Amino acid sequence: MIPAPFDYVRPSSLDEAVSVLADAGEDAKVLSGGQSLLPLLRLRLAYPSVLVDVGRLAELHGVRDEDGHVLIGATTTHDEVVRSPIVNAECPLLALAAATVADPAVRHRGTFGGSLAHGDPAGDLPAVALALDMEFLVHSASGERVVAARDFFLDYLETALEPGDILAAVRVPKLGEGWGFHYEKFHRTAQSWAIVGVAAAVRVSGGTGGEPRRVEEARIGLTNMGPTPVRATAVETAVPGLELNGSSYGPTANGNGSNRTNGSGRPGAHCADGAHAGDALRQAASAAADGTSPPTDLHATPDYRRHLAGVLTHRALLTAAATV
Amino acid sequence: MTEELDAGLVAQKIAESDMLGEPAPDRHEVGAARRRKEDARLVTGRTQWTDNIQLPGMLHVAFLRSPMAHARITGVDTSAARSMPGVIAAFSGRDFAGEQGTLPCAWPVTEDIVIPDHPPMAVDEVRYAGEAVACVVATDRYKANDALEAIEIDYEPLPPVLDMTEALKDGGPKVHEAGNRAYTWKYAEGDIDAAFRDAPVVIERTFVQQRLIPTAMEPRAVVAQTDGDHFTLHSATQIPHILRIMLAQVTGIPEHKLRVVAPDVGGGFGSKLQVTAEEVLLLLLTRRLGKPVKWTESRSEGNLTVHHGRDQLQRVSLAADADGRLRGMRVDLLADMGAYLMLVTPGIPILGAFMYNGIYKMDAYDFTCTGVFTTKMPTDAYRGAGRPEATFAVERLMDELAAELSLDPIEVRRRNWITHEEFPYTTIAGLTYDSGNYEAATDRALALFGYDKLRAEQVDRRDRGDPVQLGIGVSTFTEMCGLAPSRVLGSLSYGAGGWEHASVRMLPTGRVEVVTGASPHGQGHETAWSQIVADALGVPFEDVSVLHGDTAISHKGMDTYGSRSLAVGGVAVVQACEKVKDKARHIAAHLLEASADDVEFDGGRFKVRGTDAGKTIQEIALAAFAAHDLPDGVEPSLDSDATFDPENFSFPHGTHLCAIEVDTETGATKIRSYVAVDDVGKVVNPLIVEGQVHGGLAQGIAQALFEEAVYDAEGNLLTTTMADYLVPSAADLPDFITERTETPATSNPLGVKGVGEAGTIASTPAVVNAIVDALRPYGVNDVPMPCTPERVWRALQGGTS
Repeated sequence: MIPAPFDYVRPSSLDEAVSVLADAGEDAKVLSGGQSLLPLLRLRLAYPSVLVDVGRLAELHGVRDEDGHVLIGATTTHDEVVRSPIVNAECPLLALAAATVADPAVRHRGTFGGSLAHGDPAGDLPAVALALDMEFLVHSASGERVVAARDFFLDYLETALEPGDILAAVRVPKLGEGWGFHYEKFHRTAQSWAIVGVAAAVRVSGGTGGEPRRVEEARIGLTNMGPTPVRATAVETAVPGLELNGSSYGPTANGNGSNRTNGSGRPGAHCADGAHAGDALRQAASAAADGTSPPTDLHATPDYRRHLAGVLTHRALLTAAATV
Repeated sequence: MTEELDAGLVAQKIAESDMLGEPAPDRHEVGAARRRKEDARLVTGRTQWTDNIQLPGMLHVAFLRSPMAHARITGVDTSAARSMPGVIAAFSGRDFAGEQGTLPCAWPVTEDIVIPDHPPMAVDEVRYAGEAVACVVATDRYKANDALEAIEIDYEPLPPVLDMTEALKDGGPKVHEAGNRAYTWKYAEGDIDAAFRDAPVVIERTFVQQRLIPTAMEPRAVVAQTDGDHFTLHSATQIPHILRIMLAQVTGIPEHKLRVVAPDVGGGFGSKLQVTAEEVLLLLLTRRLGKPVKWTESRSEGNLTVHHGRDQLQRVSLAADADGRLRGMRVDLLADMGAYLMLVTPGIPILGAFMYNGIYKMDAYDFTCTGVFTTKMPTDAYRGAGRPEATFAVERLMDELAAELSLDPIEVRRRNWITHEEFPYTTIAGLTYDSGNYEAATDRALALFGYDKLRAEQVDRRDRGDPVQLGIGVSTFTEMCGLAPSRVLGSLSYGAGGWEHASVRMLPTGRVEVVTGASPHGQGHETAWSQIVADALGVPFEDVSVLHGDTAISHKGMDTYGSRSLAVGGVAVVQACEKVKDKARHIAAHLLEASADDVEFDGGRFKVRGTDAGKTIQEIALAAFAAHDLPDGVEPSLDSDATFDPENFSFPHGTHLCAIEVDTETGATKIRSYVAVDDVGKVVNPLIVEGQVHGGLAQGIAQALFEEAVYDAEGNLLTTTMADYLVPSAADLPDFITERTETPATSNPLGVKGVGEAGTIASTPAVVNAIVDALRPYGVNDVPMPCTPERVWRALQGGTS
């Protein structure tokens, strides 16, 4: 890596970090795992004057089970999130999504907070943050403030974080009983960004005593369907009350990237068989791209992303429901 | 001894073993699955890569590269850069205009070929984005790169030339004054008009061989130094020998005062078969500054400026009888040369010219290739070099022919291939295939694949309207490798020969040093050569060392490319061993007071027939060194040289079968199973062969599904990082089922053919055939490569069928 020159500071506390950052001015950048920032430095797409390394601050690290929510320190690595018993018990959607981030090396270095603070709509975690209405604990020289996920992601690589701000932790609300989760990532190779990703949380009722299984409530976040992560609100509004049993899909293929079973692999066989015609859930899911403005890049056009969003949302809902 | 101890002993033996699996049944080294002796140092990095080299006073070089595809350079100012801290010098192309010469093209394929000047650093005009326009020499790499940003270059934009068809039209923008057509090369055999006239079936297709970026694990790196008289250049190159000759010619440094070293080199795939601008410029910089200089590219710099591969537009047609028998084939190629002709740029598509007929018999063949200049990075050799393109076209066409005639694709091939009894067979393209057994490889592949069962599943999925369809792709390929008979290269206007050299020397202690002219960059030469020598001289595998890659040690050679090392260089090793053995026999006979005719050699020992009297070859080596008692006229020392020039190419072949699931709702594809039965002739080391097949498959599948170099409308490369240029990892590939049939080559004494490129050549059409096969019920008869999910989905929507 041959970046442009920069200064480097490693404060020993969050207070010190905030104070260093306040003095450093607009061109300072916070460094944690470095998995997004270092590529930018390497390509000389970023010219920070100083890097404030918060990666070893113990107070920013770890997962805690708190009343009504799970608190995840910003420097907790993706791999730690994936393996956290608290996360897997209380908000497994996070673990499912974090398990698909890049590759094992990146997951061991890259941090949960760093990924969210980077604000890349192609990242896997922002859509989850939005779907679960996470809260962002932001520290600066003027104290702590809490930013809701819906107010956090402002534009492409732009968040509510101002110069001088450090994302210290994220609060993930516990959803309670009856919810199923799935992160459906469609990508070309195991390491590549999502062309489209769907983070789905579904509350399901029925299934006993001859009652059909129905969607009660759904929370759906979309990855890479616009300059920020977005909620598929049209689908969220349409699916409550719809039956799950008549809806099906058969595919076991999922992007070229899943020729071998990997983190992005997805069960398909356990979904009930049924006719495609008149499938209300599929119909509802096809509206996933309503109101989105997906990007064009080397891997996909907006039209195709819109199509995928519908298909993948349907699959994500079914798979999430099947985990209840 | 208890069972427990036994188990411990076994575990220890396994841990100590150099062997995987069973040793060869005859206890010969050739054929044994030896672990590669070079791997410990390569995988731990405890070796010398070019970028590891640190020399006293060494300076670091960084290149400023054109941000425009095509522009006139109207002003250059390096003064600000020169005044930056740590900067020793900064130069533009103008500073070297009188000295830098032109990068060589060694393969002028036609008499009227246009070979434009190719200055290592652009002087007046840039012709591709990434072309070097200036450089900084500084005390470290960081300062050199920082100073690049202070160099001012004024460009006057010129129109880019990006599309080959457009480039050939009159009146459009030109890459070079002489126009955009580099050459047109033709070959014709048989009456092609008669073959197509009234043909019951004609299949016509246009295939795009997308542009690819060779992605060696080790980036290019160069270190140059001089003592004021002699020059040494270290480079991560495949071709130290060719490079030395070429650099001497370009720079004017006398050949005998230039040493080129390829230390351990981390892969090449053809991309390091080149004489690069950076190699020339570092020699010029060390000559001018008198200090050692080093340059190592970044990955993004490499994506821009390592020569690219493929990039051909193939217009092909096949004429056949109603029963599927082939009548003739027409091939009309446009081959994108990029902005300049580099070392063998024009010859790459011509290497394919002899392969479009594949393994099939036909009455007529007509081939035309036009090389076209564009404002892109030049193309050149990339794993397979011309042969993957040809194989893709013919194997895709055979599947299309089968579909047209409602024949099984295997059956249509059986009706046309050269049968085992017909070898040696001279093809319509003029090559004589010495041996082959397409029946055996195909039968074995079908059995391993479970062909009939998968066909039944395919029918079932079609009948059910399953959103996941199954496709089966066939590729019964051959290729020409073992480059190459020198007289054939001469007839194709190539600038050099195709022989290879080896020296074998027995040291006084009985150990053996082998010097090879084939310069490895990851293939495992040291292991394979040791196995060959161990058998030939009857010495332990461990007692053989292999030296290579340094022109001061290995003074002649033709290096490593085109799956030539074993079939040419390995044979040279065998021949050198034979000479050593002959001399040793002569000395042994003298010492044993017997006639040489009565001395037999077995297991490393010379023995007088019918007696117990004998001497080991190690004893003879010592005797030859001491020279106290040698026969009259015999020189001391036990060593010999051999140079082998093959009489023919070698022709590996095989049958590859691929089953792919296509998700018709998303366009996603998943390789369900992949069977490769290759016939690479006699196998020296099955483990190395297996590795080459696996890597080759990965690279061929990568072309089918993942990789593509993309330029935007202004001619800027968009795929400069590995996030954009998708190289698959193990996680993206299936488990491969591989086996071999063994039909020895008859053109060399080892019976070997070469395996470096086979997997890449075979696999691309197998994968695309499988995808098209899955989608045929939807009216799809082609999907452009790489077959991305979106392209598959669009084909299903009727977009590209």
